Amino acid sequence: MSEVQSQSGPVLAADGSPLKVSIARALRRRKIRALLLTAPLFLFILITFIAPIADMLFRSVENNIVPDTLPQTVQTLENWDSTSGDLPGEETFKALHSDLLIAVEKKIHTRLGSRLNYEQPGISSMFRKTGRRVDDMVEGGYKAQFIKIDKDWGNVDVWRTIKRFSGDYTAGYFLSAVDAEPTADGVQMKPENERIYLFLLGRTMILSIVITSSCILLGYPVAYILANLPLRTSNILMILVLLPFWTSLLVRTSSWIVLLQQQGVINDLLVSLGILDDQNRLQMMYNEFGTLIAMTHILLPFMILPLYSVMKTVPPSYVRAAKSLGASDWTAFWRVYFPNTIPGIGAGAVLVFILSIGYYITPELVGGTSGIFISNRIAYHISSSLNWGLAAALGTMLLALVMVLYYIYDKIVGIDNVKLG
Amino acid sequence: MLKTISGLAVAGVFAVAAAASPTAAAADDMTIVSWGGAYSASQMNAYHKPYMKKNPDVNIINDESSPEAVAKLRAMNEAGNVTWDVVDVVASDAIRLCDEGLAMEIDPNKHLAPAPDGTPASKDFGDLLVSDCFIPQIVYSTTFGYRSDVAQWGGKEPEDICAIFDTKTFPGKRSLEKRPINNVEWALLCDGVAPDKVYDVLGTPEGVDQALAKLATIKDNVIWWAAGAETPQRLADGEVVMGSTYNGRLFSVIEEQKQPVKMLWDWQVFDLDGWIIPAGLSDERKKRALDYIYFATDTQRLADQAKYISYGPARKSSAPLVGKHAELGIDMAPHMPTDPDNSKNTLLYNYEFWADNRDDIDAKFQAWLTQ
Repeated sequence: MSEVQSQSGPVLAADGSPLKVSIARALRRRKIRALLLTAPLFLFILITFIAPIADMLFRSVENNIVPDTLPQTVQTLENWDSTSGDLPGEETFKALHSDLLIAVEKKIHTRLGSRLNYEQPGISSMFRKTGRRVDDMVEGGYKAQFIKIDKDWGNVDVWRTIKRFSGDYTAGYFLSAVDAEPTADGVQMKPENERIYLFLLGRTMILSIVITSSCILLGYPVAYILANLPLRTSNILMILVLLPFWTSLLVRTSSWIVLLQQQGVINDLLVSLGILDDQNRLQMMYNEFGTLIAMTHILLPFMILPLYSVMKTVPPSYVRAAKSLGASDWTAFWRVYFPNTIPGIGAGAVLVFILSIGYYITPELVGGTSGIFISNRIAYHISSSLNWGLAAALGTMLLALVMVLYYIYDKIVGIDNVKLG
Repeated sequence: MLKTISGLAVAGVFAVAAAASPTAAAADDMTIVSWGGAYSASQMNAYHKPYMKKNPDVNIINDESSPEAVAKLRAMNEAGNVTWDVVDVVASDAIRLCDEGLAMEIDPNKHLAPAPDGTPASKDFGDLLVSDCFIPQIVYSTTFGYRSDVAQWGGKEPEDICAIFDTKTFPGKRSLEKRPINNVEWALLCDGVAPDKVYDVLGTPEGVDQALAKLATIKDNVIWWAAGAETPQRLADGEVVMGSTYNGRLFSVIEEQKQPVKMLWDWQVFDLDGWIIPAGLSDERKKRALDYIYFATDTQRLADQAKYISYGPARKSSAPLVGKHAELGIDMAPHMPTDPDNSKNTLLYNYEFWADNRDDIDAKFQAWLTQ
C-alpha cells in the first residue's frame, strides 16, 4: 500500500497498461455492444419513421421543380424588374420556348403548371394549352406567339409569380399555412374571407384541450372504481372499457350519429317524453358538440388505462393512514391519493391530446362545419388537391406546436412525472 | 440520391396501405382499382368475370383505393414501384394524373374497340374523351333527391333546382357536398345568372362572392356531406328533406330500399368515370392492361354494366342496348341520367375551369364554411 502511494506513476491494471486506459477500453467496448444491440431498432426507426417524416417536412420548402423545368427562363428573369409593370423581354420568351420544348418532350410541363396553379389560378390550363402547341411555333417573335396561344402570357402577374417562385427553396407554403401571401409590397395577410388555417389551428387546440379535460373528468372516477373493486368485478368492467378498442372507429362514430342526430334516438326519446317540442329538436350532431362527444368517447380508453395502472400502485394504506390521523374523506383524497395519481393523469393527458390534434375521420363525419380540425385540411391537401408542400407546412406547424406544448408541459409537470404503470 | 430517398420515404408513407392489400402479385395477377361497393360489384359482373372466363390464366384482384388513387399513384411513381394495372378514376382525377405524367396516353382508335357498326372509338365516345389518358366508362350525375312525405310542404313537391334555396315553401334541412364544385353553379343559376354565363361569372372574385352569398341564405339549413353514402342515409332517416348525391345512390334508396324518396333531375351535373393505365408499367403488364381495356370498354360490355347500376354507358352505341336491371327486372333506361326526360336541363362538369380554379375557390369556400 505504502509502496503504491510512494510511486508517483500511474496505477497499472493486471496486464500492465495504465488502469485509466484499461477502464476506458472496457467501457468503450460495453458502449459499442450496447449500441450494436440497439442499432437494429434505431435503424428501423430511422428508415421507417424519422426519414419519411423528415422528407415530408422538407417538401414544405422544396421548390426545385420551377428552376429544373425552366432553367433558361429562370436565368433570363434575373435581369427582369418585376416592379416595372412591363413584360419580360423577347429573350425570356425565347428561353421559355426552348425550355418548354424539352419539358413537353419529357411531359413535365403540366406538372409545373399544377405547381404554379397553387399560387395563381389559371396557370395550370395555360401550361397544358401551350404544351400542345409549342411544337408548331416558328422562329422569332416568340412573345407575340405565346400571347396568341394564351393571353395570360401577356399578364405581368403570371411572370411575377414565376419569378417569385423561381428559387430552389420557397417560404410560400409556410406563408399560405399562416394565411399570408407574398405580394408586390412584401408579405401580407390574405383577405379576411380567405383566412382559415390559423383559425383552424386555434380551434384544433381548444377542442383538443376540451376533449382531454372531459376525458380526465369522465375517466378518473371509472379508473378509480376499476382500481379499487375486487379483481373479478373489475375484470368485467375492464372489458367494457376495452370493448370500444375492438370496435371499428367508423362503427363507433356512426352509432353516435344514430344517437345524436335530430331524428335520432335521444331526440326521439325527449320528444316522446314531452320534454321537447317536435319542431325544436336539439342540434347535437354536425357541429363541435358532435366532435366533442364522439372523440371523447373514442379516446376515453387512452385516459382510463394509464390512470388505472397508476392507481393500482397506490397503496390503500396511505389513505387509511391519512384518515386515522384525522383527515376528512376529501382531505385524504385531495392531499394524499390524488397527488399519487398525477403521473397517470399526465400520461393519459399527453396520449389523448396528441391523438386528438391529429384526428380527422371523426371530425369529418360528425363535425359539420364548426367541428372540423386542421388535420381535415391536411388530409385534403395530401389526397385531393395534391398540394403536398402546403400539407407538409401545415404538418410541420402542428408538429412544432406539439413540441412547444410538450416543453411547457415538461416545465410545469415534469416529464419524469409521467407513468404508464 | 435525393430523389431515391424521397421516393423511399413516400413509399414508406403508403407502404402500410399497400402491404395490407394483396398487391404483391404473382405474375398472372392483375390489380384493378375501383370504388368498392355496388359499383365494384357491377364491374365484377359486367367486366371482370367475362374477362377471366375468356383469359383463364389472368386473375383479377380488386382494390378499392380509387378515392385516394391520385395521391397513391404519385407516391408509387416516386418510389418507382407501380403495383396497379388499371385504375378507375373520375375524369377530373384522370386529367390531373395525365398532367402529372402518372397515367399513360391512350390512342382511342388504336387501343379501343370500334362500335359494332364500325364507327371508330374516337367518334363513339366523342366529346367524352376529355383527356389524352382517359378512357370513359360511365356517365353519372350529381343530382337531388327529396322526401315525398314531408307534411309541412302541404302536398307541394320541388320541381326545379331552386327549391333548394326556397326554405319558405320547402322548409327542412338540406344535405350538400362539403366542397364548392356543383354547389356554386347551382347557387348562381338560382341567383339569376344565365346558364351559359355561369363559368364567366365564377371566374371572377365577385362571382364567387355572389355564389357564396346565395349559399349563405340556406347555410343554417345545410348539413354537409363528405361521402356519397351520407345523403341517402340522411334522407332515409328523415334527417334531411332533400340532398345532393350521385344518381346511382338515389336509385338504390328509391328502387332497392323502397324509401319515400323521389328524384329531382333539374340541372343535374354530368360527370364521367373511367379507366386510366398508370405510366411506367412493364411492357408485358401494359399489354395485358390494354387488352383488358379493349375488352371492358366495348359496346356490349358498357351496356351490360347498366344492368347492375343506374349509370349511363359512355359510348353512344351502347345506349340502345341498355336493358333491364339484373335483379329487380325494371327497365333501366328511365333511370339513366342521360334519359331525355331526365336531362332537360343539365350541366357538364367543367374540367378545365375546375382544374384551374378548384384550389382557389375551395380555399374561399372552406373559409366561408368556418365563418
